[in-house]
Amino acid sequence: MANLAGVSSTLLEAAFFLYLAATFLFGGSIRQKGLRDGEGLNRWGRLGILVTIIGFAAQLGYFFTRWAAAGHAPVSNLFEFTTFFGMMIVGAFILLFFIYKTAVLGLFALPVALIIIAYASMFPSEISPLIPALQSHWLAIHVTTAAAGQGILAISFIAGMIYLVKNIDQTKSTKKTRWLEAVMFFIVSVVAFILLTTGFTLSGYKSEFEYVNKEDQAASQEFGLPALVGPNEGTLLTEGKMEPLAEMPAFINAKKLNTVIWSLVGGIVLYMLIRLITRRRVAALLQPLVRNVSSDLLDEIGYRSVLIGFPVFALGALIFAMIWAQIAWTRFWGWDPKEVWALITFLFYAAFLHLRLSKGWHGEKSAWLAVVGFGIIMFNLVAVNLVIAGLHSYA
Amino acid sequence: MGKVKCECGRVNPNGTILCESCGRALTEKAKQDKLVDMRYEGSARRSQTYNKTLIDKVWNFFSSVKVGIWIIVLLLVAASFGTILPQEFYIPSNVPPETYYEDVYGTFGKLYYLIGFHDLYNSLWFSALVAALGVSLVIASLDRVVPLYRALKNQRVDRHETFMKKQRLFAEREGTLQRAEWQRVKEALEKKKYKVRMENGALLAEKNRFTRWGPYVNHVGLIIFLLGALLRSVPGMYIDELLWIREGETLQVPGTNGEYYVKNNGFTLENYQAGEDPEVFNEAINRVGTVAKNYQTDAVLYKNENNELPGASPKLEEVQRDAIQVNQPMKFGQFAVYQTSFRQDEMKAMHFALTNKETGEEFGEIVVDLFDQQASYDLGGGYKVELLGYYPDFDGFTQEGEPTSKSPLPNNPAFLFNMITPQTPEGEVSFAQIRNTMEPLGETTFKMAFKSLDTRDVSALTIRKDLTLPVLAAGGLIFMIGVIQGSYWNHRRLWVREKNGQVYAAGHTNKNWHGLKRDIEAVLEGTTIPRPEDRQKE
Ligand code: HEM
Repeated sequence: MANLAGVSSTLLEAAFFLYLAATFLFGGSIRQKGLRDGEGLNRWGRLGILVTIIGFAAQLGYFFTRWAAAGHAPVSNLFEFTTFFGMMIVGAFILLFFIYKTAVLGLFALPVALIIIAYASMFPSEISPLIPALQSHWLAIHVTTAAAGQGILAISFIAGMIYLVKNIDQTKSTKKTRWLEAVMFFIVSVVAFILLTTGFTLSGYKSEFEYVNKEDQAASQEFGLPALVGPNEGTLLTEGKMEPLAEMPAFINAKKLNTVIWSLVGGIVLYMLIRLITRRRVAALLQPLVRNVSSDLLDEIGYRSVLIGFPVFALGALIFAMIWAQIAWTRFWGWDPKEVWALITFLFYAAFLHLRLSKGWHGEKSAWLAVVGFGIIMFNLVAVNLVIAGLHSYA
Repeated sequence: MGKVKCECGRVNPNGTILCESCGRALTEKAKQDKLVDMRYEGSARRSQTYNKTLIDKVWNFFSSVKVGIWIIVLLLVAASFGTILPQEFYIPSNVPPETYYEDVYGTFGKLYYLIGFHDLYNSLWFSALVAALGVSLVIASLDRVVPLYRALKNQRVDRHETFMKKQRLFAEREGTLQRAEWQRVKEALEKKKYKVRMENGALLAEKNRFTRWGPYVNHVGLIIFLLGALLRSVPGMYIDELLWIREGETLQVPGTNGEYYVKNNGFTLENYQAGEDPEVFNEAINRVGTVAKNYQTDAVLYKNENNELPGASPKLEEVQRDAIQVNQPMKFGQFAVYQTSFRQDEMKAMHFALTNKETGEEFGEIVVDLFDQQASYDLGGGYKVELLGYYPDFDGFTQEGEPTSKSPLPNNPAFLFNMITPQTPEGEVSFAQIRNTMEPLGETTFKMAFKSLDTRDVSALTIRKDLTLPVLAAGGLIFMIGVIQGSYWNHRRLWVREKNGQVYAAGHTNKNWHGLKRDIEAVLEGTTIPRPEDRQKE
C-alpha cells in the first residue's frame, strides 16, 4: 500500500512537469503565424494539447492510485482538495479547448493550474484517515462535483484575464490598468509564497512556540517561516530562531497571519523586481502573447464556461452538499461559513448571468465579473478554510 | 385591452413590438432601430405596457431584472457579513452572547452583536430579502414566459424582410434560388437536427426551442424550494430535538408523543491506531496525535403498545436495533435519529467502605448510585450507613456550615453519611467526596473511605422529522432540470427567403453565436445563399 502511495506521488510530479512542458508548447503555438485562434490548430498547438492530455491522465493516475492506497477518495484535506481543483481546471480547459480550439487559453490556464498544484503541495500531504463526519460516499460525490464546477468556472476567469490583458490600453496608467495589476500582484504573491515556503522547508527552518489559546488554555504552534508576528502570550521554545516583532491577540491565528504577511512582503519584492527589470506593467508584458486572439471568441468562451460550470457547481456545491449535510449533520443547511460562501458564489454567478442577459454586460464588463467570481472561489478555498474555520475546517 | 393590427393581418396584443407572425416592427422605436431586440421576440410584456395603477407599479418593479439583480447582490453581500464572526448558534452555549462577542472580539465584537449580525440569517430583514427574491422570481417569470410562448408559437415561416434585415446575422443578394439549392439546405439542416419548414419561397429552420423555457423551469424550482423552506414553520412539519441518553438508559423519544422509546446499549468512541489501521495513515496519526474513527451508539428502539391507553404504564415492544453512527442515522417512520455529540465518563456510582480509622478494618462496602440513592444502606451485623445529605455538584460550605450544591448535575458529588455501628449506635457523621473525607461534626472512630467510581458515557442523539424534504428535493430537482435545459443547449434559427428577385438570409440564437455561425457555414456550403455576417463584431 505504501508503495502505491509512492507511485501516486510520482504520477503527480509527472503531471506537474507535463503541464509545464505543455505551457511552453502553447507558447510556441501562438508565435507561429497563420492561423487565428478558433480556426484550427498548428503543429505546436496539437503537441500542446497532446502533452496536456497525457499530463491530465497522469494526474488521474495519481488520483486513483492514491484512492486505492487510502481506501477513500483523496479529497479529504486541503492538499488533496487543492490538487484536485488544479486537475479540474486542466480538465475544464481540455473540454473548452475542444470546443474552441484556442491555444492561448492553454498558455494561461496551465500556469494557473500549476500555481494551484504547487500551492497545494505547501500543505501536509500525507494520506490522512477520515474522521467520522467524512466517512461517507457523499464526501467524494460532493467534493468532486463542486471542484469540477469551480474548475469550469475558473476557465471563465482565464478567458476574462486574456480579454483584459488584450483590450486594456497599456499606453497610459488608468484605473483599469491598476486593477489589472492588482490581480497580477495577487498571482505574483502566491508564487512568492510558494518560493518562500519551499525555501524555508528545504533549509529545515522550524520554530516552536508555547502560547495561550482562545479557550485560555496552553497550546503550542510550530512555525515554518520566521515569526514576524507571534501567538498570544507566546514563548519561543526553539533556540536561536527569530523572536516575533509583535504579538497577536488570542482569536487570531498567528501562524497563518505570519504566512500571509510573508507572502505579501515576498509578493511586493518579487513584483517590484519584475517592474524594475522590465520597466513595464506585468499585464503589458503579457499583452504581445494575446494579440492574435479574437475578443469576441474570448467573450464567448468566458460566457460558455459559466454556462457549463454554473449547473455543475450548483449541483455539487449546493445540492449534493445539502444531501450530505442532511445525513451527516442532521440538517441540510446550517449557515456554516463554507456553505454561505458556496451560496455567495452561486448568487454571484446568477447575477453574472442576469447582467449579461438583460443589461448586456458583455466584453470587458463580463471579463471583470469573471475575475471577481474567481476571486470569490479562491476566497472560499483559501481564506474560509484557513481563516474563518467552520464545520468544514480541513487541515 | 387594445390590440395592434399588423399589415400582414395578424392582430397582436397591445404593447407588441414585433408582429408575432411576420416580425414587422410595430412601434416607432423598433422601426428606427438598426438591429431588433430579440430578447423576448418583441412580444408584449405586461410590465412594458401598463403603468397606471399601484398593481401595475408593483408588478413592474418586481418584473425588472435590474431589481432582481439588486436583490441577488444585496443577498450575497448580506450573507457575507454573517461569516465575519461566528453566528450565535456556533458559539459555546454556556456563555451569554451579550458578553461573548465583546469578551472574545473586543469592540468590534460588541458592535457586531449590537447591529444584530450575530443572528443575521434569522433576522427579519434577511427574511424580507429572501421573500423579495421569491416575489421577483414569480412576477418576472410570468411577465415574460406567456408572451414569449405566444410569439414562438405564432411565428411565421416567411418573416418580413425588415425583420430579417435587422437580425444580427444577415446577408442578402440579388437573384433567385434553384429548387435543388432549397433541397440541399433543407437536407443539410435536417442532418444537423434542425426542424425545417418551407412555405411561399421561405425557409425557417429551428432547433432546441425547448431550451428557452429553461430559465422559467429553474425559477419554478427555486420558488418551490423557497416555499419548502417556508413550510418548515408550519406546525407538525418539522421536529428537531436533542436527547442526551446515558448508557443503559431507556428514554421516551421526544417529538413522538410517547409512542417510541429508545435505549442506549452503549456508546463507543474509537480512535485510529498507528500499527492497527492501514500503514499509510501512520504518518498522519503521528503528526496530528489522536484522530477519531468512530462515534457510535448501540440503540434499541421500542414502541409503547399502551400509548393509546390513558394512564396505562408503558408496555415496550422492541421495534429495531441499530448502531447509530455519524453519517448513519437510525430511521423509523418519518423520523431519523442521529449521533450528534457525546460526553465520556460521566460519574454513575460511588463505592465507599465503612472503615475503622485506627485499624483500617473495613465493615462492608456500599454503592451509592448518583441518580438513585437509598436512604440507608444496611451492612449487616449491626453496621448501617444512613445518607443524610447528597450534594451532586458540591460547591463548598455556607457560613453556617451547610454544604451547597451548584447544580443538580453530578459533577462533583459529595455525601453526608451517618455511620451506625455496634460501637457507635448513636451514629457518627462523615462527609465524603472522591478521595476525601471530612469530619464536620467532630472527631470520629469510623470513616467512609472512597473506594472507586463507576462511570458511563452519555450520548447525544438528534431526533429529526422533516416533512419538508420532499418539497425541497422537488424544488432542487426542477431547478437542476431547468438550468441544464437552459444552459446546455441554445435556441438557433435560420431564415432564408426569396422575394422580388432578392435572396435574404438571417440567423438568430439566444446565446453562443460561434456555434450558430459554424452551423450556418456548414449548411450553406455548396449553395448560392448569401452567408450571413455578424454585424455586431468587435
Ligand atoms: C438566485 C436566484 C436566481 C437564479 C439562480 C436564477 C437563475 C437563472 C438562470 C440560470 C437563467 C438563465 C440564464 C442564461 O441562460 O444565461 C435565468 C434567466 C432569467 N432570470 Fe433568473 N435566477 C434567479 C433570480 C432571478 C430573479 C430574482 C429575477 C427577477 C427579476 C430573474 C429573472 C430572470 C430573467 C428575466 C431571465 C431571462 C429569461 C430569458 O430571457 O430567457 N431571475 N435565471
